[in-house]
Amino acid sequence: MLSFALRRLLLAIPTLLFISLVIFLLLEASPGDPLGDVPLTVPPEVKERMREALGLGQAWYIRYVLWLKQFFWVEPLYWFDRAFGTGFSEGMQRIISFQSRSPVFDVIAQRLPQTLTVVGMSYLIGVLIAIPIGIVSAYKQYSWFDQIGTFVSMVGFSLPTFFTGVVLIIVFGIKLQWFPSIYDTTLRVTDWDSFAQQVRQMVMPVTVLALYNAAQISRFMRASMLDNLRQDYVRTARAKGLSERIVVLKHVLRNSLIPVVTVIALGLPAVFGGAIITEQVFKVNGLGQLLILAINANDIPMVMTLTFIFAVLIVTFTLIADLLYGVLDPRIRYD
Amino acid sequence: MTDRLLIEESAVNAAAPGAEALPPAAPPPEAPARSQWRDIWRQFRSHRGAMVALVMFVAIILFVTVGPLVWTIEPTFVDIRARNQGFSAAHPLGTDQLGRDLLARLMAGGQVSLAVGLTAMAIALSLGSLIGISSGYFRRLDAPLMRLTELFLALPLLPLLLLMVTLFREPLGKAMGPAGGTFLLIVGAIGVTSWMQTARIVRGEVLGLKEREFILAAKSIGTPAPRMILRHVLPNVVSPIVVAATLGIATAIITESALSFLGLGFPPDFPTWGRLLYDAVDQMQMYPWRVVLPGLLISLTVLSVNYIGDGLRDAMDPRIRKR
Amino acid sequence: MMIPRPTAPALALAVALPALALPALVTPALAERGGDGELRVLYWQAATVLNPYLSTGAKDVDPASMVIEPLAIVADDGSLVPVLAAEIPSVENGGIAADFTSVTWKLKPGLVWSDGSPVTAEDVKFTADYCMDPAFGCAVLAEFEGIASVEALDAQRVRLNFDAPRYAPLQAFVGGRTPVLQKAQFQPCMGAAGASCTAQNFGPVGTGPYRVTEFRPGDVAVFEINPHYRDPAKPAFDRVTVKGGGDAMAAARAVLESGEYDFAWNLQLPPESVAAMEAQGKGRLVASFGSMVERIELNQTDPSPDLPAEERSTRAHPHPVLTDPAVRKALSMAIDRPLLAELTYGPAGKPTCTIVPVPAAYASGRDDCLAQDIEGAKTLLDEAGWLPGPDGIRAKDGRRLSLLFQTTVNPVRQDVQALVKQWWSEIGVETELKAVDGASFFGGDPGNPDSQQKFHADAQMFTDAFYIPDPASFLNKFVCSRIPSAENQWQGNNSVRFCDEGYDAGIAELHRSAEPEKRQEIAKRLTDMLTAEGNYLLPLVHRGMVSAHAGSLQGVAPNGWEGQLWNVADWSRAE
Repeated sequence: MLSFALRRLLLAIPTLLFISLVIFLLLEASPGDPLGDVPLTVPPEVKERMREALGLGQAWYIRYVLWLKQFFWVEPLYWFDRAFGTGFSEGMQRIISFQSRSPVFDVIAQRLPQTLTVVGMSYLIGVLIAIPIGIVSAYKQYSWFDQIGTFVSMVGFSLPTFFTGVVLIIVFGIKLQWFPSIYDTTLRVTDWDSFAQQVRQMVMPVTVLALYNAAQISRFMRASMLDNLRQDYVRTARAKGLSERIVVLKHVLRNSLIPVVTVIALGLPAVFGGAIITEQVFKVNGLGQLLILAINANDIPMVMTLTFIFAVLIVTFTLIADLLYGVLDPRIRYD
Repeated sequence: MTDRLLIEESAVNAAAPGAEALPPAAPPPEAPARSQWRDIWRQFRSHRGAMVALVMFVAIILFVTVGPLVWTIEPTFVDIRARNQGFSAAHPLGTDQLGRDLLARLMAGGQVSLAVGLTAMAIALSLGSLIGISSGYFRRLDAPLMRLTELFLALPLLPLLLLMVTLFREPLGKAMGPAGGTFLLIVGAIGVTSWMQTARIVRGEVLGLKEREFILAAKSIGTPAPRMILRHVLPNVVSPIVVAATLGIATAIITESALSFLGLGFPPDFPTWGRLLYDAVDQMQMYPWRVVLPGLLISLTVLSVNYIGDGLRDAMDPRIRKR
Repeated sequence: MMIPRPTAPALALAVALPALALPALVTPALAERGGDGELRVLYWQAATVLNPYLSTGAKDVDPASMVIEPLAIVADDGSLVPVLAAEIPSVENGGIAADFTSVTWKLKPGLVWSDGSPVTAEDVKFTADYCMDPAFGCAVLAEFEGIASVEALDAQRVRLNFDAPRYAPLQAFVGGRTPVLQKAQFQPCMGAAGASCTAQNFGPVGTGPYRVTEFRPGDVAVFEINPHYRDPAKPAFDRVTVKGGGDAMAAARAVLESGEYDFAWNLQLPPESVAAMEAQGKGRLVASFGSMVERIELNQTDPSPDLPAEERSTRAHPHPVLTDPAVRKALSMAIDRPLLAELTYGPAGKPTCTIVPVPAAYASGRDDCLAQDIEGAKTLLDEAGWLPGPDGIRAKDGRRLSLLFQTTVNPVRQDVQALVKQWWSEIGVETELKAVDGASFFGGDPGNPDSQQKFHADAQMFTDAFYIPDPASFLNKFVCSRIPSAENQWQGNNSVRFCDEGYDAGIAELHRSAEPEKRQEIAKRLTDMLTAEGNYLLPLVHRGMVSAHAGSLQGVAPNGWEGQLWNVADWSRAE
């Protein structure tokens, strides 16, 4: 297993380089323009100057190599300097966003807290409610619990968050005035009051996202449990006189987790990517909103950096998922 | 700029698409297969939820296909004098802010949404299952196919779609006519960008499956790979595929509306359920039924597909069928 | 709720209109600085940088205008009002040279930056040099066009020397898009370094009522009172938070329904929903009208996909249908502009027949397009030989009146498209609609077939505007040489591809004329050539910027030329 993990990690390097190249070419070729927001009154000559100032005058491969250098060399040096007070990165250009003309990583660092708290929390809650619901739904298939669970999760999943979010805002933000409809990113938790305020402003976005995630994961959990409950080994285990509890929670659950692990492993990088609509609806302004703003403005360095970090997370988590398969089902071998 | 918000969340969450109403577990069409199908149908009929769902699904399909033949108002006809009307004989479901008949728009919109949803899912599901099974079953294909999956997972969806429009809209429109070209572009775009989760899940299942005794046994008697896959592997990964299918139909319908915000979709005055829902959200408080109706239709479709899928899976499970 | 409410938009308009008369009534609340707590402002598009020289979007310029100020601003009526300048330069007071080759601005005495250091003519000179540095890529370089050099005559006076006589000389440093920067702060940002001067661009030192305390690009900006602001009685609010994100509807709800915020900007929303929200009484709408006009352009060249890519929509192939003046006229006559404005824009739009609606002296005042005339349009097309075919679509010499009509993806524009399509169908014109992603439509990427410059359609609709109360440079873009083509990488901004020798001569004459009356007369004539006479451009709606503010917020006054926060120093909270 260890050699498998090492081999995969080594293989990840060319994979990621290739992915970065494809993303870069994709952004190059897609029909946007960083100057698309510039008013129509600005003459073409001025636009040309602005384009050059953004470094767009150079050929794409030069800009790609420059980005690679900045991402893999300058940025690590900079953060090393920050941590140890050294000066290796002095005079080196960090990755600069087209829109804000500030280092991309500074903005990402600014956005990370609210994305991790809101999106991360909602994912955690989603998983925590989805797995028990999936287990119970499968174990008591076609019971009223299962029927209601199916109904709620299907409706919850088929209604997009731009709709459910607005419904929540109208009911709880405006009519009842229980929760703020606008997330305050400048809020600092220093005491109980500010903590309560933070919880209050997290309730609605977390609910919307948690329901959406839970709906999806619980369906896969249920289906997989159902499959396994019908297997011969369950009958054997019961025949051996094992308690229902051990049969279901130990044997069946463990064997049912493979698809769920896959879904969760694909979902975790998405936590970093943020939830674009929900962040917009509640003005959380996390990484999802950052990415969509950057895409709309064709802020290539920002989009490139965000999607590449996303790619790294995907590669990492799929590797973790593959390793977990082996743990969950020792029959799966990699060699 | 709410226009384009939809997209990325779909990008993040839309990873579970793809479905035909019939899981591709069809055994080779030999003579005994017919009785097997009859068995499945008999078992399916005994599943009450699935039968209700099937009736509902057929009703929805009739509503969007036969409906427009009965209710002949043009869905794009603007009648300013009749704007924002409630339920009436002339407009049973009322009209929108430009006086377009909502019933006609729901029917026309359903045609597109259902067609796009089902086709896009079929594409994504076939792609996902194919890649997942090949990757899980054939060890040599595993690494390249999974790296490809990672690549697709990592690509930013929005620029990718914009690029697809730029490159393919006019050539496709020329080759297939504007409507056919757009349809192909949309289902292609959704299908190609949403097979990855299915592929990963199917692969995970196959990895475990292929070490199981019955597979090893079948292998040891020399069953050729295609037959192994069709007869032994595929039927055992139907469950997650059915779930992916039901979840996928919802995301495909919503993603279709999101695509129209890129100018990728049908002409802007042409309704689809997703777009009707999106357009009505802003006026939810004044005209709630304009949100409720398309939302209800989408949910009903998804629910019925879900129950049909459940019924089919149960019906095809030999362990249950023999009971 | 189900009762049709045809009067709702009219009501909203009636409410908005008295608001226009508000500035006269507004008096500075209490002659005391601070004390009114926090002002919470919602910009649903978030600011990404606080330096207008890098980004001219209203989302960036408006918050920045609370901190950095220009020499003068444009008032709602199009006149100039001094801000940092002691007076507006004119030929009479010697500020404008008699031969129009230079302008001398004089600063108010005793001005200081928010760090306490004095504002001098050197700062103004520095700002001009900063923008004009060829390595910088200044977003408002066009405002500095024609300036050959800038001299600081003494501490208070600065002279802008032109390379040739400029008869509309007051351009640079007029309006919030060209504020004065502090030389001491921005000195390290000259030239290529300017693009990445994060600390400066996020927290410029200014002369305005507020200074930046925290800025998170794309999210929120927090301001506090500038202790050195020149008016000791202002501003009334101690802190200002400008939050970004979400959409216009959510912003309207936060101000008009939940009352969480005091002010929300740019609410282009379905008129009825906004009117219903306003009726709840928590806040009010204010509309300010600048020069924004929503218009349809009728392509004068053939966009047919059968032509080679380099020749599509170029002058080599005149448009087979839209070059016929009768067709253009009929298309214009079929549109019911008043109804269109009421249904889709409500308080945010007035029907118009011109692309230069303000300043009043330059507006041609034609309103003959306002009355819809379907029958007249049909007759006109009949007479011109366009006769209905079996499917009701008119044709002549085998050419059908079938048009592709594109615009950006935007719910209001899609409603306008649907309405226009309906009206055109009534006169026998078939219309296919297309909506393009805004970033693609306005992006100048030469490889992008969907941009408004490429214009691969027969008609297209968008909003255009200008920021200086003199339309000369705006009208300049419709000359022949500015037609986009493969030769100029599709970068020209005469997207309608209008070309007329008489027009080009008129523009040349406009640039040579100094007397305001003559300029106005020429501008009106040229505008009419494009619109009322030629119908190359079909103006639809004179668009306003609609904002909502809480009932307790006093002092909000509309100004169509400047940002919505232009007089934030005068805002206060009612008891």
